[in-house]
Amino acid sequence: MTNDELKELVRKTLFDVAPDLEGEEIISDETFADQFDIDSMDFLNFVIGLHKATGVEIPEKDYAQVATLKTCVAYLESRMKP
Amino acid sequence: MSEFRMPALGADMEDGTLVEWLRAPGDTIHRGDIIAVVETVKGAIEIECFENGILDKIVVSPGATVAVGDVLAQIKEEGRTDVVAPEPRTKPISESPDRAVSILSPSIAAPSLPIAAMSLPPRRISPAARKRAQQLGLDIETVQVGPGGVIGLAEVAAAQHLPQPSTAETPQPVKRGFQPDGMRRAIGAAMARSKREIPHYYVSSTLDLSLFTAWLEDANTKRSTQDRLLYAAPLIKAVAVALRSEPALNGVYVKDNYQPSKNVHVGVATALRGGGLIAPAIHDADTLTPDEAMARLRELIPRVRAGRIRGSEMTDPTITLSILGEGTADSLHPVIYPPQVAIIGCGAMRERPWVVDGAITVRRVMTVTVAGDHRVSDGRSAARFLNRLDKILQEPQQL
Repeated sequence: MTNDELKELVRKTLFDVAPDLEGEEIISDETFADQFDIDSMDFLNFVIGLHKATGVEIPEKDYAQVATLKTCVAYLESRMKP
Repeated sequence: MSEFRMPALGADMEDGTLVEWLRAPGDTIHRGDIIAVVETVKGAIEIECFENGILDKIVVSPGATVAVGDVLAQIKEEGRTDVVAPEPRTKPISESPDRAVSILSPSIAAPSLPIAAMSLPPRRISPAARKRAQQLGLDIETVQVGPGGVIGLAEVAAAQHLPQPSTAETPQPVKRGFQPDGMRRAIGAAMARSKREIPHYYVSSTLDLSLFTAWLEDANTKRSTQDRLLYAAPLIKAVAVALRSEPALNGVYVKDNYQPSKNVHVGVATALRGGGLIAPAIHDADTLTPDEAMARLRELIPRVRAGRIRGSEMTDPTITLSILGEGTADSLHPVIYPPQVAIIGCGAMRERPWVVDGAITVRRVMTVTVAGDHRVSDGRSAARFLNRLDKILQEPQQL
C-alpha cells in the first residue's frame, strides 16, 4: 500500500467512526483529538477500524503513536507486510 | 382505555414533534415496545409504551408539535375487547388521575430492549458543511442528504445551484437530528432552573487509581482490540455500587418530595460534536460486569450521537456521571440535572507525587467531585460516598 493509499485509509477509518466529520480537512501533525473532539470511545473504534482494515494490532501503549495522521500512517507503514 | 401521552423527556422539554408512528391502530403492543418517534432539540427520541394492550386510535399525526402531557394515542387494555361493554364495578384504572403519570413513571426501567429499526435516516451535518452553508446564506435544513445520511461539503455545493424554496409557501420540514442552538437553549434553561431551585454543595476527593489502572492495562493486554475496556466502564460500575448505600444521592425530587431509588440508573454525560450534551441512562449499572457496562456504552454512545435516543433513557437516570476524559482538566464541578439530586464529576487522570506508607512516590490520581442537593442531603453523604468509591477502586478485580 502506498503512502497516499494509507493516508486515505486512515481518513476513511476516522470518518467511519465519526461520520459527522466527513469532508473535513485533517491537519497531518495535529492530533485527531485536538482537531475534532475525538473522545476515548471514538479513538477505540478508530483503532479497531485500523486493525480490521490492515491487520495491524495496536496495543494501548502505542496509542500516542497513532494520534495524528502523519504518525499514524508511519506507524502502519512500518508494521504492514510489504 | 388509557391514554398514551407526550412524555417529558427531561427537565428541559416543553414540547415535541411527532415524527413517525412505528405501530398502526389495531396492533398489539407490549410494555417496552417502541411505538413512536418524537423529535426534540436533543434529536429523535424513540418512545416506549409502558403497558400491554392494543393501539386503538392515533390522535396526533406525524408532523404535529404538541405540548408535554398531550394525548398522542389511545390504548385499549388487553382482554377488554369491547369498549362499550358494561363498566366493571371497580373503577377502571384509566380514570385514576395518576394513571398518565404512572405510564411514564421514571422508575419503570426497560433495560436491554432491542434497538428499533428506525426508518428515518438521521440527518448528520458536518461542521464544515454547516459553516459553508452559513457563508452561502443557504438554509442547511433544505440541503439534500447525501449517502449514509450525511450532509457534507459536496451536498452543500450541490444545493447551492438549486433554487431555494420560498419559505412563505413551503411547509416547514420536520427537523431531524439534534439542533445545536435549540439544545444550547434547553441546557441553559435546565441549568438555570437547577441553580435557582437546588441549593448545591460540593465535596471532592482525589483518589489514587494506580491499582485500578494497572489492573485495567493488564486486562486489556490480554484482550483483542475490539474487546478492550475503556476505564469509564468499570468506573461507572464502581460509582453505581458505591451509591447503593447512599440513598440520599440516588433518586429524584418531584413536587417537594424526594423519592430515593432502589435501582441505580446512571446517566452518562455524553458530549455531542458540534456542541451539546446528553446524559442517557445506563440502567441498573451496579449489577453489570465491566464488560457488560462496556457493551452498553458501545451501543449507547454512537446511537445517541446519531440522534437516536429512547424515552426511558432520558427519563430514568437517578444520578448523572460526567467523566471529562484524558487530556482535559483536573476537576469538574458539575450542575445537578433536575429532578435528580446529585451529579458526579471526574477530572482527567494525572500522575502526581503521592504519599504512600510515609514515602513520596508517583501515583495516577483522579479528582472526583460530588455536587449534592441540600434539600435532601449534606456534605457528609457525599464524603461517605467518596470514601466508599475509593475503597472499591482499590480492589478492581472485585468489580
